[in-house]
Amino acid sequence: MAKFTTLESKFVSMGIDNIDTDQIIPARFLKTISKAGLGDQLFYDWRYEADGSPKADFILNQEASKSKAVLLAGDNFGCGSSREHAPWALTQYGFRAVISTSFADIFKGNSLKNGLLPIVVPKDIQDWLFANPDSTVKIDLASQTLTIADGRSVTFPVDPFMKHCLLEGVDELGYILQQGPAIEAFEAKRVGSLNTLA
Amino acid sequence: MSKPRTIIEKIWDQHLVAENPGAPALIYIDLHLVHEVTSPQAFSGLRERGLKVRRPDLTFGTVDHSSPTHSFSLPILDTVAETQINQFEKNCTEFGIPHFGYKHEKQGIVHVIGPEHGLTQPGMTVVCGDSHTATHGAFGALAFGIGTSQVEHVLATQCLLQQKSQTYEVRVDGTLKPGVSAKDIILALIAKIGIGGGTGCVFEFTGSAIRSLSMEERMTVCNMAIEAGARAGLIAPDETTFEFLKGRTYAPKGADWDAAVERWKQLPTDPGATYDKSVTIDADALEPMITFGTNPGMGMPISGHIPDPASYSDPLERDSLIKALQYMNLEAGKPLTGQPVNVVFVGSCTNSRMSDLRAAASVLKGRKVAPGVRMMVVPGSQIIKRQAEAEGLDKVFKEAGADWREAGCSMCIAMNGDQLSPGEYSVSTSNRNFEGRQGKGGRTFLASPLTAAASAVTGKVTDVRSLS
Ligand code: SF4
Repeated sequence: MAKFTTLESKFVSMGIDNIDTDQIIPARFLKTISKAGLGDQLFYDWRYEADGSPKADFILNQEASKSKAVLLAGDNFGCGSSREHAPWALTQYGFRAVISTSFADIFKGNSLKNGLLPIVVPKDIQDWLFANPDSTVKIDLASQTLTIADGRSVTFPVDPFMKHCLLEGVDELGYILQQGPAIEAFEAKRVGSLNTLA
Repeated sequence: MSKPRTIIEKIWDQHLVAENPGAPALIYIDLHLVHEVTSPQAFSGLRERGLKVRRPDLTFGTVDHSSPTHSFSLPILDTVAETQINQFEKNCTEFGIPHFGYKHEKQGIVHVIGPEHGLTQPGMTVVCGDSHTATHGAFGALAFGIGTSQVEHVLATQCLLQQKSQTYEVRVDGTLKPGVSAKDIILALIAKIGIGGGTGCVFEFTGSAIRSLSMEERMTVCNMAIEAGARAGLIAPDETTFEFLKGRTYAPKGADWDAAVERWKQLPTDPGATYDKSVTIDADALEPMITFGTNPGMGMPISGHIPDPASYSDPLERDSLIKALQYMNLEAGKPLTGQPVNVVFVGSCTNSRMSDLRAAASVLKGRKVAPGVRMMVVPGSQIIKRQAEAEGLDKVFKEAGADWREAGCSMCIAMNGDQLSPGEYSVSTSNRNFEGRQGKGGRTFLASPLTAAASAVTGKVTDVRSLS
């Protein structure tokens, strides 16, 4: 997982509440055997015509959006199923953070596992951002602050362990891999192990 | 003297690899079961990082979710599913994981094959990328479902970051009456404490009624712990457990077996140990249960009446019941018995084992599935299928007019071609009745194999005890 320390970026605005995981990545893409290509399927049904051609007026298809690493969304972002395909698709598109007033629980956990920072802000900050869609936001994870272009800063909550992982650029797996010696010591003590290869 | 501990705490303590400040505990996994739907991206993750599977000897795979259950002589029609199945077999082969592929003579539902081959053993930690992993808790194992990232974690490290759960005793004393089964115990529990009642907890099922259950019945009970919101559910091992396991392919042999039994006998909860929560259920008072709504907590005794939303004081609960009854197109205050059904499904990791098939066959023997009703009987594994055929159960089903199929998840999840049409009603022995779970617009009544078979015979929701 790439380190997340600070981020300064313009943002893509999607002023819709309750954007669910079926919109983020429709269910028919879950029989896929890879994560590859999910970035292109992000918001598929909003983003493409029936013949598969991109809708020119949809925000993610606009050239300027492609360099933006932050998504600004309405309330309760990511509700619906537990599919990890949702954060996979968002990060593959290029997003590193999502700003909203609230997130669905499972989506939040899945996002943090995949290097995507969910940032909860008060309503007035969200409103100001929607009103100033060309502005730039600054995110500082260490101090858990978001600074908007009018100079205001707000703090946002992050689980301490996940914060550590993001700051160090280790994902949970990276962290577990660092525990190699403890794992080996534990394995040396195990008795009566199963052997599925027998 | 050390503090008395529950079996849940003992297993947890025995699997603690590291406890670092600021991080969840790291626990070791003794058995990792994998299947085709939640694993492909985990294998890709390993490839991207250049990692291998740390302990293929503690890992086992099978195909079940997206594999069709129609005759093996037919081709797989869904090419996307076919790719997923093929990729799974390729992944297992590449990473050295033993597995049962499509059409393998021992293939079956992941939670059926684990116990069947003695892979699941007391005191183990067991995980699988599927929420019904709690099934394996029947053996006194701490078994729970995980997401795809965590599948990758376990493949790579054999470990998992976990927060410790609370302990919750579910005590079931007494004797089940004829027509009442293990499925009814768990449906009654979920109806009693709700789908969030066990959140943050691991259940230990205790009491005389649980002790007298067979291993297959115990699996049915533990299987649905997740539907009450619990992380896992387990039953302390006893002679019934040991007898079931002895001689199975992966169970310890000889002196190892004796040593294992000695270790397993230390697992049960110490006298004087306390639980964070508890509930009791009176087995003598249980009736066959059935769900009427769109989550497994919306259940009642089969002789009951569908609750009236007006009687609910909590506005959120009232709204969800109104919405559920609209989806189900059912009327509050009415009994559910007599409600016509289109489909009856006997199968799933909840109820697809020999005792389930025998129970269904005992009702169907000498009877016919009602005209217009489609009944599917789907064994949990190929081994169960052959055993049922050796006992002649397939003939009973076929003569009654039911469809006898290949092993798999089938209509439990409706991603393999077996599904309800919009508006259809089913009595199903599976574990989830969410909107669309058995097919878009489909309506599910969850019940036991006895209730399902009785309903197939009459074409209506039927109390098996009323069949003459
Ligand atoms: S039978 Fe249903 S619940 Fe069980 S593993 Fe298959 S899909 Fe999951």
